Order: sequence, then structure tokens, then C-alpha cells
Amino acid sequence: MRAFKLWLATGWLAWLVLPWYQTEGTLGAGLGPAWWHGIAGQPWLLPLGLPLLAAIPAFARPRLLIAAGAAGLGWLVLEGLAIIHHGWGFVWLADLAGTPGPTQAAMGWGAALYALACLMLLAIGIARSGQFRGDVFVSGAVLLMAGLILLFVIFPVVSMLASAGQAPDGSIAPLQMLTRLASRSIWGLGCLTDGVSCGVAWNTVVEALLVGVLTTLLGLALALIALRTDFPFKRLLGALSILPVITPPFVIGLALILLFGRAGMVTTLLSDQFAIPRTRWIYGMPGITMAQVLAFTPVAFLVLSGVLEGVSPALEEAAATMRAGRWRVFLTVTLPLIRPGLANAFLITFIESMADFANPLLIGGNFSVLATDIFFDMVGANHDQGRAAILALVLLAFTLTAFQAQRAWVGRGVYATLGGKGSGGAPASLPRGLRWMCYAVLVPFLALTLAVYGVIAIGGFVENIGRDNTPTLRFFHTAFSIEHGAGGWFLSGSAWNSLLNTFEIAALALVPTVVIGILIAWLLDRQRFPGRRAFEFLAMSSFAIPGTVVGVSYILAFNVPPVALTGTAAIIAIAFAFRNMPVGIRAGLASLSQIDRSLDEASLMLRAGSLRTLVQVVLPLMRPAIATAAVYSFVRAVTAVSAVIFLVTGHYQLATVYIVGRADVGEYGVAIVYSAVLIVLMMLVLLAIQRLVGERRLGRRVGVGA
Amino acid sequence: MTAAVEFRGVGKRFGDVAVLDNISLVIEPGQLVTLLGPSGCGKTTLLRLVAGLEQASSGQILIDGDDVTQRAASERDVSMVFQSYALFPHMSVLENVCYGLRAAGLGKSDAVAQAQATLSQVGLTGFGARLPSELSGGQQQRVAVARAIVLRPKVLLFDEPLSNLDAKLRRHVREEIRDLQRELGLTALYVTHDQEEALAISDRIIVLNRAGIAQDGSPRALYEQPRSRFVADFIGDANIVPVQVTAIAEGLATLLLGDQSLALPDHGAAVGAGLLAIRPHAIRFVTPSPEGLAGKINRASYLGDHMEYMLEVAGLSETLFVTDSNVQTPHAPGTLVGLRLDPDGVALLPPEA
Repeated sequence: MRAFKLWLATGWLAWLVLPWYQTEGTLGAGLGPAWWHGIAGQPWLLPLGLPLLAAIPAFARPRLLIAAGAAGLGWLVLEGLAIIHHGWGFVWLADLAGTPGPTQAAMGWGAALYALACLMLLAIGIARSGQFRGDVFVSGAVLLMAGLILLFVIFPVVSMLASAGQAPDGSIAPLQMLTRLASRSIWGLGCLTDGVSCGVAWNTVVEALLVGVLTTLLGLALALIALRTDFPFKRLLGALSILPVITPPFVIGLALILLFGRAGMVTTLLSDQFAIPRTRWIYGMPGITMAQVLAFTPVAFLVLSGVLEGVSPALEEAAATMRAGRWRVFLTVTLPLIRPGLANAFLITFIESMADFANPLLIGGNFSVLATDIFFDMVGANHDQGRAAILALVLLAFTLTAFQAQRAWVGRGVYATLGGKGSGGAPASLPRGLRWMCYAVLVPFLALTLAVYGVIAIGGFVENIGRDNTPTLRFFHTAFSIEHGAGGWFLSGSAWNSLLNTFEIAALALVPTVVIGILIAWLLDRQRFPGRRAFEFLAMSSFAIPGTVVGVSYILAFNVPPVALTGTAAIIAIAFAFRNMPVGIRAGLASLSQIDRSLDEASLMLRAGSLRTLVQVVLPLMRPAIATAAVYSFVRAVTAVSAVIFLVTGHYQLATVYIVGRADVGEYGVAIVYSAVLIVLMMLVLLAIQRLVGERRLGRRVGVGA
Repeated sequence: MTAAVEFRGVGKRFGDVAVLDNISLVIEPGQLVTLLGPSGCGKTTLLRLVAGLEQASSGQILIDGDDVTQRAASERDVSMVFQSYALFPHMSVLENVCYGLRAAGLGKSDAVAQAQATLSQVGLTGFGARLPSELSGGQQQRVAVARAIVLRPKVLLFDEPLSNLDAKLRRHVREEIRDLQRELGLTALYVTHDQEEALAISDRIIVLNRAGIAQDGSPRALYEQPRSRFVADFIGDANIVPVQVTAIAEGLATLLLGDQSLALPDHGAAVGAGLLAIRPHAIRFVTPSPEGLAGKINRASYLGDHMEYMLEVAGLSETLFVTDSNVQTPHAPGTLVGLRLDPDGVALLPPEA
């Protein structure tokens, strides 16, 4: 009853008092609540009062409440989409009416709160009709999360689809969409027959397949060395696995240019010593492949070492006692058992490679892939939003397909060999030939990785790495100097603005990311409700939406009413929150699976509602997961490029975008020193939280009944 | 008097599987009623339906006369002691016991006072500041009970509360639970798969099998007058052998066991094929005689306080399992013995459906 009164009052407040529209871009309407605008010439706002009226006596009548909430939301969405800043929102409506139609500005606080109130009244109605075990909090949380995902994940993608089917003048042109989709520039196979380059879709797929296979094999080699040999530097391999988390994605491409570019260190060495001519071979497929293999192998290593650890040594021992030689054990027992892991590692790196934007941008040369083409079509020279949308859809189709395949493979959990019982025994040692093969792969990989990070560590502190190795703090000063002026100390370095912005926005995104992620994890793990599987798919699929696609779709969706957010810090924070949400969901699910369900039930039986249960029982036990999710979402936000490069404005310059910009115009010194600083900062953040969470683990009370 | 718990045609399905099918039952206030059955019989689901942790697919559930079928767990006046105890590991013993009182809106000092009183009732005075992990298994169990009874629930639910205790402690704790329940006059619903436990503490036992109620009655009635092969087999040991009932007269059924004719109380049996449940202790050894039942000892095992024998009886395909308290002069395998059936340990069952 209390919740009902609260949300009903909120609805009335939103409609009667709060300014309905956003202040900026008001079309001569001034600032007023909905009813006032309704009287003053925007009469479609008046019916929004009816559901609120209908809801007043509806507490005891769940069906009426459901109808009222749904009607309010439905009408809000309908009028919002149908009437926008320049008239009718749908072309067919304009054709039908024959007039440009009425206009309205983007929705403001009033509209937002009205939508929330209607959603909550709907949730109360649904819970009271017996769904969600009668639990208002759960039904409200599910509806709110679903609504947010629809608004910030699905709606942008749909807007993109719509704009792919629109001609530049706004008219609908499905034929043009098909022509665009079938374009030679996307699907052409000219590279096989004639000398011209292949379509960008094929480029992307081939590149991703290549990277997927190479990283999976490399990751397997590393995992085998780490877990099946007595390699002396195993800790080094462990440290490797956190590199991709803390390294902004373009850093490796940048370092490769400095090593192997036309003026790179290695190139110079070869040309001076062996008179090997300088070429630009690194720009294009070789460079992208190298950069991505270096960047994503640790990911594959992490996945595969997890799976390899799960293979019980007892099985390998059993095979060995049946007179199987080492090769035979490996080929007939170990390898088949980790096959799902191999598929998983391949699909993950395949998706990562497709979604990677910064490396192709820096080192891709004339080899175009979808992620970069989208960018150039959207904001670059060729400026063709429709084509950008089409390319984004193609890319999305690829990654979602791979994501589905991955879920199907991993979901089946084909060979779970980790039982409840600990199984002793020493893992079988590798066949000698295989071990040497693994070492042969490991050494160049490690050497290259060391070279890359070495270049980043040193490159910013010498004049011109490879050519003029005089130490200098010049670049560091340019980026990070602090000066004492008339007004006291001030940050005069060119990087400060973007660094502080980045931290501010990443911190701003942190709370929603963690709250949404953990809440969704709790709903998925602990609640049963209709549509749960669809809900889960929506929530997890945002992991498979490449950043470039997010960027494009956000611009297309949120640049104009009904929801206009571009140019604000909020849109960047929202993009981060929904991109990194799966991190929180995964951490939450992993943690919840270790917390005995009967603890929740005990709390419910003790008269505590589900909100109280969540806050007082479940969340305190999930603290390590929450801390981990918070840090990872922060670090991922700081190091992200692809989504936000579309969304940054002069006001909100971000660190990564700034670095890419410097590197793009050849100012490598500043770019490198900034990258190094970012990597060190992120490492510190990670170490700090590991120490904190680690201590918590030690101090954790041994779970009773857990 | 209003029933403490009433089920009216309650069914529960998980997908296509009916876990409980059309259950109707009434539980009187102040009784300790046990739900007994093999794993998968639906007993825990039935308990969770009362708790509100599961929602019935059909039918009505009433607690103290109120229809609670649609009501959430936190809005029902019942408490539960979990199999795993489910003590909150991050809260002290006192905080655990206070939790429900605080959730119900009680002020802090009142909640603490009531919790302290209840802790002393279960013999845990002075343990309030400890964490659950610092207590022994038996103490944790008592905290779980205290946490449940402090709310003075209309019904107290136990979900196999003793299964995490070792065998010796189990006997002691079950008596404590029974004493506390009687002392406070609580209505309790108790789930177990251990028939001995059920016999020892219950006012009434409801035996469940395959989503339905197999039999419902006092411990004695269930043991002495099982009405189906399942119940006879599940509660205590029983030899179940096919018999022919040849005549029924004046409460006595005449039946043929193997080649021998016997007369037993009929318990409503009908003429024709039937089953006879014979408790192992109801077969007594006598001197063999030509008219009486006789058997040959196949195997003899010494178990300290009694002997166990496997017997072969002419005309019976099953071997009989017999216990005998005479351990001083045991019978060797191969010995021929005469047998007499003690009518108190024998029950006629309807033939298998």
C-alpha cells in the first residue's frame, strides 16, 4: 500500500508540477508541466493524466492498475515517437496527415519520472495479481531493468535499423537499404579474382577467424606450459593474464608501429645492418593480426587454463595405467576434455577481434574492417550515416551469431569434470615433442610482449625512440605538468583535462554499472518469473554488441527527441554502464552460486521482504564480488575507446580518445607517455582492490550452511 | 477449533512433472506432524508450500483459517528450521535471532530482550555475541530453532533438521525439539526420511509416496496396521509374502501361507489373493512339528544384541528375514526350525495393484 501511494503521488507530481520537457532546445514552449503544455497547444499530453486518475481507486483491483500503468507508458512512448522536434516522427504519419505536424522538444524530468511511476504502478499491479510470488520489489526490479535495457540497448539498435532503411531526406527506402546491404564494398570478392580489395565484411570475418585460431592455439600452448610443465616463470604467465584488462586496446598497435613501422626501431636496425629496405608491411592485415594476437592471447590463456584445471588428473592417470603413452593420453583424454574450452576461447577472441576498433584504426592502413569503416562513414570524410548503420548491423549480426554459438557450447557444459570430490594425483606431463612446440611458441610471444611494453615504458621518456634515445621529460611535461601561476597551483599539462574527465565519468558510471549488474544477477539467479530466459539473453547480449555499434546506435537514437542525451556526460556514463553491465552480472552470478539459497529463504521466512533480504543478507555476503565488479567496470571504462569516440565532445574529452588523436597525427611521444601513465594507474587500482578483496577472503567467516 | 494448516486439493507441478497431486489434509493445533517418505516423494515441496517458498499450482492452502495461497513467504505467520540451518554467517547469534523481530518492526531493545530470553530457553545463554561459525553443529541447530520460535509462529516447520548431526547427537536433539514443542504448545510440521525419527517424535505421521498421501495416522497405527506394501516396507522392516485369503469370519481371516493355513485379524481384508507383511521380530522359533510352519536357516549373523537369520520356507519363493533376541544359543545355518507368527507383528495388505 505504501509503495502504491508513493508511486501514484510521484506520477501526479511528474504530470502536474515538474517541467515536462528538457530546457535546452525548447521550441518556444517555455518550461511547464505536462497539463500546462497540454492546454497551451500540445493536447496529446492531456490524456496522460487519465491513467493516473484511473489508478487512484485501483489498489484493490490489480487488473485496473495493470491497465492504467500500461496505458500511461504506452501513450507516452507512442506520442514521444510520433511527434518529434521537426514534426511527425514517422514518415507515413506525415504522408497521412499531409502536414508537417506538431512539434515537441525532448522529454525532461517530468516525462522521465512519469514513465518510472507508470512502470512501478504496472509492477505493483502485476505483483498483486499473483505473479512474481506476489513480490512487488521483484516485479518492480524486473520491469525497471527490462525497461532500461530496452531503452539503452534495444531502442538504439532498432533506431539504427530504422535509419539504415531511410534515405538522407528521411523518407523510407527499403530498396535502398537492400542495395546498400548487397553492396560490393561490403561483400565483394574481388581480391580472389581481380587485384582489387575484397569487401569489408569478408575482410573482417577473415581477420577475426585468423586471430581467433591463432590466439586459441597460442593460449593453449601457454595454458599447457602453465599447468602441465615445470616451467620456472609461471607467475609471469599469471601476470600476463591481467594485461588486457589494464591496457588500453590501441597501445599494442601503437608500440608495433614504433617497432616495425617504416621508421621503427626494428626496421631501422634491419635496414642499417642488413640493408633490408624499409617498407610499410606492418600497416594492414599483418599489423592488425599481430596486434590482436598479442592483445587477446591472454584472454584465450585465461579461458583455457580454467578449463585445463578442471580436467581431473585422475583421468589422465587412469589412461596412463592402461598403457597409454603420453601422446596417446594427450590426444585421447586431455584434448577431447578441453574441446569446449577451445571453442569458447576461439569464439571469445573472434568477437573481440571483430569488435576491436583502435588497432585497425592505427595500424590498419588500407585494409578496412567493419569497425573502422563504420567510424569513417559516421564522422569521417565519407559521411554516410545510412551506410554506417548498415555496416553496424552486419557487424552486430556477426558478433551476435558468434555469441549465440558460444552460449550454446558453453551452456551445454559438455564435460564438467570438476566434481564435488577433490581428486588427487599429479597431472600427466606433456609429451616431449609437444612441450618443445609450446616453448617454441611461447618464447617469441613473450619476447614480443616484453618488447611492446618496453617500448611503452621507455618510449615516452626519450626524444625519439630508436633514433634518438636521449632521455627527456619533455613529453611527460607537455602532458602532465603542474605549474604555479598567479592563481596558485594549476594543472597546465595538456592531458589533465581528459584524464580527470575520464576518471570522473568512469566513476560516475561505476555505481549504475554495479547496481544494475548485481541486481540483474540476483534476479536471474534467485527469482523465477515468466520471460526470464529472454531477460537473460537481453542482459548478456550487450556483451556481444561491439563498441562501435554502441557508439553509432547511441548517436542515431539519442541525438533527437524523444530522448536527447548527446553532448552530455550522462550519455557516456550510460554507454559505459550498459557496456560493462555483463561484468557485474558475471561477477554477481559467480558469487551468488556460492551463497546457499536457504539463507535467502530463511530471511523470507523471518518476515523480511525481498528488499530487506537483498540488502541485509545477500549483499553483505557478496561484497568481494561487488568490489571486483566495481573495479573492473571502472578500469574497462577508463581504457575503452570504441563506443565513446563517437560520443565525446569538446566538453568531455576522454583519455583514450585523446591518445588515439595524438597518435593519429604522429605525436607519438605524448601518446606513449600518456598510455604508460594510464597503464600504471590501472595496475595500481587493480592491485589495491586485489589486496582489499584478498584480505576480506582471509577474514571471511567460514560459511555456515553455505 | 480451527485447523492450524489445511490443504484443499493442493497440486504442485514443475513443468510437466506433478510433484504433489490433489493433496487434502488438516493439521490440528498443538500437534507435531511428520511428513515421511522417500526422496522425491514431495514431502519437502509440501513443507515449502506451507512456508510460501513455493506457490501451489492448484488448490487452496489455509493457515489458521486464513487463505494464504497467494501470500508471499514473508507475509505468512510460519517459521522454518532449515536442513542447513541457514544461519546468516555475517551476523552474530544474537543478530540472527533478532533478525525476524526487527523485520517485523520491533524496536531494538525489545528485540534483544526477547532474543535473549529465547536463547536461554534453548540453553544458549551467553552465546549471543558469537558468530555461527564459532559454534558446534548442535549449538548451531539450537540457534536455528531459537530464531524460528522467537517469532511465536502459528506453525513451525522443520526441514530434516537433524540430518547434519551425528547419530548420537541426533537422538538427544530430537527429544529437545519434542520437549520444546510440547512446552510452547506449538504446531509443528516436520519433514524427515528417517522412519525411526518419525516414530519417535510424532503425534501423527503422514507418509507420502509418488506425489500423494500413502497413509496418515499415529506412529503405532502406521507400524501395526500398514495399509499398503509401500508403507509396510518403508516403516520398519517387513517380510512381504503373497497369501491366499480363503475365508473371513468374525473378524478373523483364514489364509494360506505357503502350505500352511493361518488365522489372523482381518483388518478389512477380502477373500482372494493378498499380501502379508510380517515384521522380522514377529516370527518366533518353536520346536518343529508336522502341522506347524517350518523353515531352514540359510544364513545367521551375529549383531551383538540380537541375531539375524535368513530362512527358507517350503512353498514360499521369498526367503524370510528374522530377528531373534536370543544370542546365547544361536541356530546354525542348515538347522530346521519350527515357526510361529505373532499376530501383533503381522498385517494383511491388499494385493498389489
